[in-house]
Formats: sequence, C-alpha cells, structure tokens
Amino acid sequence: MPFPKFRLEKTGAPMWFRGLIPVITLVLTFILTSGLIIWGKANPFEAYYYFLIDPLAGRVSFLEVLVKSTPLILTGIAVTVAFVAGYYNIGAEGQLYAGALAAAWLGTVLEGVSTPVAILVMVSGGFIAGMIWALIPALLRVYLNVDEVVTTLLTNSIILFIISAILNGPWRDPQSGWPQSPEIAEAARLPQLAERSRLHFGFVIALVAVAVIWFILTRTGFGLKLRAVGLGKEGARFAGIQVKRTMLLAALISGGLAGIAGYVEVAGIQYHLIGELSPGYGYTGIIIATMGGLNALAVAASGLFFGLVETGAQTVSRALGVPVYLGEITQATMLLVILGMFLLQRYRIRRV
Amino acid sequence: MHVVEMRQITKQFGDVIANDRVEFQLKRGEIHALLGENGAGKTTLMRILFGLYREDSGEVIVDDQPVRIGSPKDAIALGIGMVTQHFALVPPFSVAENVIMGYRDSLSMDMKAIEAEVASSAKKFTIEIDPSAIVRHLSVGQKQRVEILKALFREARVLILDEPTAVLVPQEVDALFDILRNLREQGISVIFISHKLNEVMAISDRVTVLRDGRAISTIDTSSTTPSELAKMMVGRETFGVTRQGEAVADQPILQVERLCADDGRGLQALKDISFVVNSGEILGIAGVGGNGQKELAETLCGTRQPTSGGILVRDKQMSGASPSEMTAAGLGRVPEDRHAGMVGELTVADNMVMEHLSRFTKRGMLDRKAIKNYTDQLIEQFQIKAKPSDRARTLSGGNMQKLLLARVLANQPDVLIAPQPTRGLDVGATEYVHNQLLEQRQRGAAVLLISEDLDEILALSDRIAVVYEGEIVGVLPVHDADIERLGLMMSGVIKENKDAVPQI
Repeated sequence: MPFPKFRLEKTGAPMWFRGLIPVITLVLTFILTSGLIIWGKANPFEAYYYFLIDPLAGRVSFLEVLVKSTPLILTGIAVTVAFVAGYYNIGAEGQLYAGALAAAWLGTVLEGVSTPVAILVMVSGGFIAGMIWALIPALLRVYLNVDEVVTTLLTNSIILFIISAILNGPWRDPQSGWPQSPEIAEAARLPQLAERSRLHFGFVIALVAVAVIWFILTRTGFGLKLRAVGLGKEGARFAGIQVKRTMLLAALISGGLAGIAGYVEVAGIQYHLIGELSPGYGYTGIIIATMGGLNALAVAASGLFFGLVETGAQTVSRALGVPVYLGEITQATMLLVILGMFLLQRYRIRRV
Repeated sequence: MHVVEMRQITKQFGDVIANDRVEFQLKRGEIHALLGENGAGKTTLMRILFGLYREDSGEVIVDDQPVRIGSPKDAIALGIGMVTQHFALVPPFSVAENVIMGYRDSLSMDMKAIEAEVASSAKKFTIEIDPSAIVRHLSVGQKQRVEILKALFREARVLILDEPTAVLVPQEVDALFDILRNLREQGISVIFISHKLNEVMAISDRVTVLRDGRAISTIDTSSTTPSELAKMMVGRETFGVTRQGEAVADQPILQVERLCADDGRGLQALKDISFVVNSGEILGIAGVGGNGQKELAETLCGTRQPTSGGILVRDKQMSGASPSEMTAAGLGRVPEDRHAGMVGELTVADNMVMEHLSRFTKRGMLDRKAIKNYTDQLIEQFQIKAKPSDRARTLSGGNMQKLLLARVLANQPDVLIAPQPTRGLDVGATEYVHNQLLEQRQRGAAVLLISEDLDEILALSDRIAVVYEGEIVGVLPVHDADIERLGLMMSGVIKENKDAVPQI
C-alpha cells in the first residue's frame, strides 16, 4: 500500500527551534485573530501594537503591568509548588479567597500597628488561612486517595458561598448596603511603591515568594524530596522518602502561597473584601505554572507576561474602540497557541 | 488435518529471541497445553496466532490455507479466540452486552432477544452464567467464563487460554476444566498455556514444551510423566560465574518468621513464609513468576506491609518498618523493577543520594559538592557509564542496575535483598551483577537472591528455597539440588520440608 504512515516520536526540539517558538506563536495568533479584528473595524497591526507594545512603552501602563502580574505570580508559584510534588491543586482560587478573608478581618483589627508588623502578621494570616483551606482536600488525597482535582475544585465554590454569606450578612456595608467588608485600617494597607500608580509592596512580596520557592526547589533537601515525589512516587518511596508527608506539605505550602495572593489584593488594591476580588487568578495560575514549566523563575516571567496581556487587552479596546471581548479573545487564542506549541515541540513527526 | 499449523515462527524483540523457529500443530477437538517457564515464549507464540504480534518470519496455516493474521479481528474471522489474563470487559455492562459488544452493532438492539440468544449459546457450551447479570458484580471465575463465551459466540473453533488458572481458586479450576472438556466434545480446539504440571497432566491431550523460545517437544500427555516434562521445561547447561567454596553457615543475619502478606488485590500472596539467611551465604529463592516473589521482595524492602509474621535483621524486629528504617537497620534493598526503584527524571547524583539525603544536607541545604564527589567516586568504583548530571532514565538497563547497586552497596549493608537483579540485562551486565553479589557474600553479608532464572539460582546460591503459590515448598543445599526435583517443586508437584526453617 503506497499510503505513507507517520508516527509521533518524543524528542526535544532542537535549540534553534526553541528560540523561534515565541515568534511562531505570535504569527499564528495574529493569523488566527486578525480576521476578527478586521471585522471589529480595526487595523490588526495597530491592535497588536496596543496589545503587546504600548503597555510597556509608558511608565504608568508599565507599572500597571506589574500590578496585574502581582497576584498572578503568586498563584502561579503556589500552583508550581503543588504540581512539582505531583499534587494537582486546582484550588488556588479558593485558597486565595481564604487568604483574602483572613486579610479583610486582620485588616480591621490591626489598627495602629507599624507597617512592617502589619505586613508580617497579615502575610502569616493569609498564608495560614490558605493552608487551612487546602488542608481537607490534601488529607483526603493523601490518606484516602480521593482525587484532589475534584475536591480542590469543589472547595473553590464552597468558599465563594461562605464569602457571599459573610458579605451579605455580618459584613454588609451599613451605609451603602453593598456586599463588601468594612475598609481595612490605614496601617494594614500595603505601601505604594510609586506615585500615580497602583503598584504596591505586594509585588515585592511576590518576588520574594518566587525567590524563596526557587531556593527551596533547587537548593534544599526538602526541594529534592518534593521533586522526587512528583517525578516518581514509587522510586521516591523505595528510597525511603515519606511520600504522603511530602505531598501533604506541598499541598499546604501551595495553599498558603495562594492565600498570600488574596491578602495582597485586599491590602494592596481593594482595601476591602468583595465577592469579585479575583477574576480567576487561581485558575490562570495553573496556566502560568504550566507555561513556566514548573521552574520558579520561568513561572515569574510567565506571570509578568500574563500581566502584560491582561493590561494589553484593556489598552486595545480603549485605544481602538473595539469591544473588550476582542482583547479577551486574542488573549485566549494566544494561550491556546502557546500551550499547543509547548506540547507539540516535544514531538517530531517521522515517516515509517 | 490440523486446524492450526505454525511453521518456523521466529519473533525477536530487540536482542531477545522470543520465538526461535517454533513449530506448533493443533488438532481439531484437542486440548493442547503449551508448557514452559516465564519467558519461554508461550505467550508470544499465541499473541502471534491471535494477531497481537506479527511474526518476523515463519508461516501460519489455518485449515490448510496460509493466512496473514494482522489483527485480532483477522484472527476472530478465522475462528480463533483468545482469553488473556487481563479481561477486556466493561464492568457496568451486562454479560449479554459484553458478549455482543463490537460484534453486533446495529443501531436498535432488542436486549431481550439478545439475552435469549446469549443464554442459549451459554447453554450449548455448558457455561453457567446469567446473561442479564452486571459484569462488575461477577467473581473473577465468572468473568473468565464471560470472556470464553465471548470468544465462542464469535464462533471460535480455536480457543487460546493464557494461564487461565492463575486467577482462579481451586473449585473454579474444576469448573473451568469441565467446560473445556465439554468444548472438546463439541470439536473445539483449546490451547492451554500453563507452567503448572499438575494441571497440564490433568486436562491436556497433548503438550508442547517451550524453553528459551524453542519448541523442545510435542508429546501425548498419556505417554509422559510430570518428571519428564519438568526436565524438558528447565533442563539445560549452566554457565558463567559461579560461587567459590562452601559457606560457613554460622550467624543468622536475616530471619523471616511465618511472614504473611496480601497482594495488590487483597488476596493472600505470602503464606507463612519462614527462612533464614546466614552471614556470608546466598539464599536463592527459586520459583515460577507470580508465586509471591514480588510480594516477598516488597515486604522485605518495606514497601509492602505484612499482614503478620516477623522480619528480624540481626535479631531486631523490623516487620512493618518503613523503607528508611529498613535501610537504617543495615538492609540493602535493590528494587525488583529498576525503573520504579529510581526517579528517572532526576539526575544520577540525585538518585544516588536519595536514600541517605540527611547525610548530604547541611541545615536543610543540599551540599552539592559532597553529592558530586560521592557520585563521582561511586561512578568510578562501580564502572557506571554516566555523568552525575545525566538524567537517570537515559541510562541503559545495565547502568541503571549498577547505579542502584552502587547506592546500596556503598553502605556495606549486612543484608542484601536482590529480587530479579539481572532481569533484562545483557550478558556482560549480568556477569557484573553476579560478581557483585558474590563479593557481598565474600564480605560476609547475608544475600537473598530472588530469581526466576534457575541458572542464576544454581550458579550463585548456597541454599535454594523454592516458592510455589506463596509458600516455601522446600529448602535444599545447592549440592543436593537436581534440576528435575527443582522443576517438580516449582510446578507444585512435590512439596517437602513444609517447615522450612533449618535448625538455628
């Protein structure tokens, strides 16, 4: 039979091709979305300029990119810790809200303390709250082998209802009647880092978290255990690593980091808790962690890139008067192309 | 004359010749046993007949016509059915649905009519089964009957059963044999793959013995004896490395007492296993695969919890201890499955230190320099062809095994557990491993060698214990061990020395 047969073979892409990946990604995304942009009566080239270049050109918009990336870097690094240990934490979103809840409460009781003390207390508070929210699914996974993907996902919905109940009940704003928590104290707010910008100290916290996690994963015995458990449970167990304990710790640290993301959003941006605090930072964190290949530094870079794209989506619609959805569609398309590229570059097609 | 004829079948996997010019003939209406040890090539030959593998050379003839069987679908069309050890059933479906699945695929199905049809087919073949029962609720034996019915419903005239009794309890075995005899009456030919001599003697009309990929002989069952078959199955020349001098059995280092453990499905895999390994001796555990060796190794390595019994290392009770506690007690553990015993995505150096991580960390931080030096030194000492920074999975099988041996032997363990240490290794690497084991014996370690390779057992062991269905059926010094007796013990024909603990 003359029909040629092909077979997928797993091999790493050659170095020169890896360098080309961003370029190909951009070109592909451009081709896929330009039709829509033209339909929206805008010039695709111009649109892409506003999408990817303009946000980096101005001081204000550049700082805004950093603001947008702050929670994303934190959830990205949170998911990374769990995934490295083979624990598929889909619950960063819920853990983020747990941290935010703790921060909203601590923020109202920490009247009159110094800023460093407030930061220390509230980082710990956010971390512990996220940890607590991650605890039950983690215990279920480790001791009863209940799939954590399902349980962490479900706990996300639970905390949203809890928060909704609190915001519509005891914390409802007495004056406006809005479902939002009381404003947190001045002292509890994260200091601003630049004038005429929303950039706050939470960005530094995010970078510190990245550095700490990078150090743990690459330089410590505990990090080696995490990686060993994630890459080969059986081999790790055979060598005497306590797989259950290690996995449990990874799940809790992951939850804690996501909790800090909730804290920085409350104490750096909103100054109160609202039900719409996160537009899915926890879920985007999964994509960020995957794109960063679970390498802490690359995850930070990928978090920054997502901050850029988020900012760009808004710039495009403002500058060209196209619907905001167009920016979101472009963003989503780019994501799919990137993930596709990351997956497909591991294979080559061979004729057999 | 013959329903199926296989001529000069050769099949090679990499360097391993699984079938070497095998001749096989099947008569109409006979039960034909395929007998041989693990890796003798029984299953490979039948997978070729069922279209799961393609032969490298040779010819398959069905009803005097040369045929090309490219897939199970071709085989089924020729009237050949196969029941493997792993059933291909859909648990939430009913028996009738499973039987017709993939065979009848019209859009509308009258389940009542189909169930009646399946029921009448079952009746014809005297297979007791309720067509409307849900498969999930059936016992293993019943599921196997569904598989057999599935094949017969597709008008199979040749039924291949791959170790059908391995999953059955004795009563179910009797029921299965009744079904097989009935099928024979109806002119259906059955190929019965087994390594259990008793069963082969009880059920088969003819036997073909395979050894090392070759068909040794085909004979009428009535004209042979279990011991003749055992000899054909295992008899061969010895080779290579051998141990030197007699061990002075003085000091018991590893004592296993009435050890029981379950397998992954919760069935008892080890039944009151007792033995002793002395300082400076190698105790070989011989047996056909799947008789509890895996569970024994895992229990001793701390990766499987025993249900009862004791494991004493230098008189210290270690039963139920964790892997790291086992290591700390001086027990060196080589994993049965090399790939599962290391983390392939991590580096050689990472894997090398993983058992003793605390020795290579300072206040939680990895001492990378110490790790590298340690690994470099072991790579040199054990002649491992790898760099410390290589991913472990990129190593060849032999080098992986050297890595795992190095990790363990660098700590001079008192006891060495070596399950299937040379499985899948080439001649050179095998010899290397053998020499390492002998060196440990020389050093005074107690070595437990669990192997399905009788040559290896005979060449290295001071004493041999034979395991059959989770029990030690006998322990003999190597100079008393003759192949025929070992073969009979491995096939469960003779059990002796029920209490295998020698005088301590």
